[in-house]
Amino acid sequence: MNRYKKMFKKLSMLKEGCFVPFVVLGDPTLEISIKIIKILIENGIDALEIGIPFSDPLADGPIIQKSSLRALSNKNTFLEYFDILKSLRTQYKEIPIGILIYANLIYNQGINNFYLQCLSSGIDSVLIADVPIEESKIFYNNANKYKIDSIFICPPDANDDLLKKISLYAKGYIYVLSRLGITGKEDDIFSLSQNFIKRIKKYTSIPLLQGFGISNTEQVKKAITSGLSGIICGSAIIEIIEKNLINQDLMFKKIKAFVKLLKKSTKYNL
Amino acid sequence: MTLLNPYFGEFGGMYVPQILMPALFELEKHFIAAQQDLDFQKKIDDLLKNYAGRPTPLTLCRNLTIGTKTRIYLKREDLLHGGAHKTNQVLGQAMLAIRMKKKEIIAETGAGQHGVATAIACSLLNLKCRIYMGIKDIKRQSTNVCRMKLMGAQVIPVTNGSGTLKDACNEALRDWSKNHKTSHYMIGTAAGPHPYPTIVREFQKVIGTETKKQILEKENKLPDSIIACVGGGSNAIGIFSNFIDNHKVSLIGVEPAGRGIETGKHGAPLTHGRTGIYFGMKSYLMQNKEGQIENSWSISAGLDFPSVGPEHAWLKSINRAQYVSINDEEAIFAFQTLCEKEGIIPALESSHALAYALKIMKINSKKEQLLIVNLSGRGDKDINTVNNFLKKEKYNEPI
Repeated sequence: MNRYKKMFKKLSMLKEGCFVPFVVLGDPTLEISIKIIKILIENGIDALEIGIPFSDPLADGPIIQKSSLRALSNKNTFLEYFDILKSLRTQYKEIPIGILIYANLIYNQGINNFYLQCLSSGIDSVLIADVPIEESKIFYNNANKYKIDSIFICPPDANDDLLKKISLYAKGYIYVLSRLGITGKEDDIFSLSQNFIKRIKKYTSIPLLQGFGISNTEQVKKAITSGLSGIICGSAIIEIIEKNLINQDLMFKKIKAFVKLLKKSTKYNL
Repeated sequence: MTLLNPYFGEFGGMYVPQILMPALFELEKHFIAAQQDLDFQKKIDDLLKNYAGRPTPLTLCRNLTIGTKTRIYLKREDLLHGGAHKTNQVLGQAMLAIRMKKKEIIAETGAGQHGVATAIACSLLNLKCRIYMGIKDIKRQSTNVCRMKLMGAQVIPVTNGSGTLKDACNEALRDWSKNHKTSHYMIGTAAGPHPYPTIVREFQKVIGTETKKQILEKENKLPDSIIACVGGGSNAIGIFSNFIDNHKVSLIGVEPAGRGIETGKHGAPLTHGRTGIYFGMKSYLMQNKEGQIENSWSISAGLDFPSVGPEHAWLKSINRAQYVSINDEEAIFAFQTLCEKEGIIPALESSHALAYALKIMKINSKKEQLLIVNLSGRGDKDINTVNNFLKKEKYNEPI
């Protein structure tokens, strides 16, 4: 059984939702980034989503964009990124680790080579932000070859054709968007319609994680009670990094507290 | 499933977040229907003729070629309303937006020519419009910013990244991901995700159609070469498209070599980049060895883009078109020459194409040859840039 399956099975037995934080590797430096990832893992998260920094992240809002630029300013190489991922995997054997990346970075290394590196670094899934399911074939086939789960995005206005297609190909989990637009934190409490969630579930039993705009416990509770398996939270965590660049101890402390709070809220009312 | 082939050979495609796919499918569907709708076509023809000022003339250079056997014709897109070829396709896209019942237009602009054309079309057809423009371009193209605002457009400064066209494109796409239900993204060049490269080519094809008719009337033969500048590549694909099957006509695209290819400060992905995926398409890209997109450079803001339309990438791959580069200095020289010799102020973009024509003329001065340069726009907007360049040259200051 792969790590995602094990994790979702365990959470279902515990009657908990899944909490997945997202951070960009190398922000603000590789050294601090590794510390942040360790804090996340050691404070109860269920899976990890790691962004590989890209110069033109058009699916992302200003918070993640700035995070990528901070990381890129260190001029780290892909080899270094994969070394770190490999070392994290050695230290944390059970936690599912996914990466979020843009197509050019994969294409540039050779698609086959990229997925081979993912396998040897112990990566569980890959989400390519600018590859819709319609363009995914070559990436998907290579991912399957190395047993890497391909994560697909399901927009909130997806029609039945798209839902069928995503259900057919999705592995690991489906990334359901809270709303249209780009990543970014929101304070409003929003929820996907019950009808929409029912429509997706009609086609698939694969876990659904909600992402985009998640920044508070109420949103998390709402997502879990709506029948989703959990949430992904990126911008709100990255904003803590951005606001505390000059005081790392405070940054670590705040990340720890925020992560614990959000994880706790996934245990609500199931 | 797309209705048209989204690829040109291995280039093109639809590399966008999943969220944008419905908007691209909708656009493709309406574009195909509009192409078959005689009433729609009639309305566009009428706008092009009675509003924009088509057909534009094909002007023979009288003085530029004296002492050689070269004849150079200029396709005068500079005389189109708005001052550049951009007007051709924005009218088409604005009509498509209305057909799709969209009330607002999102656009990006580099030199400001596409922004001005967008503002013109939106003003004429009662569409609200917001135009993203890099902060650096806002400074170097202030006249065009003023024109856009006069016509009621909202100009949104983009401070991210390099503050040029590349960043304006990203920002416009982000806006569209959020607002595509009510807004149409009017891409300014034959680049981006399918169906944009096809739509823009089809609306710009009028340049090549007219050119072919005009040159046959004037010379009773086809030209030896057609030369056009290439940033994203819309004016070039517009004039090339009607000659692609005429294999004796050499098609030459001119990219900006900026301060010199060896300096890395250029905008020549076709000649000095490699294949990658960016701005919704697979095409040639300026990128570093890690695959991060590099900033382009050109004295001409309209050519300052690190990628190029996928059809050009394909034409290069099958050796149907040849792509070369011209640096800032050569473009400025051509700009001055056309002003002095023919009384025409060309856009700095078009000056790159003209500079290459002058090079061909010089190399083969005794050869009888017929060249057509697509004068894609007028250069009033570039006068300050040229003036600053010349002043700095004179005093030998760093540019």
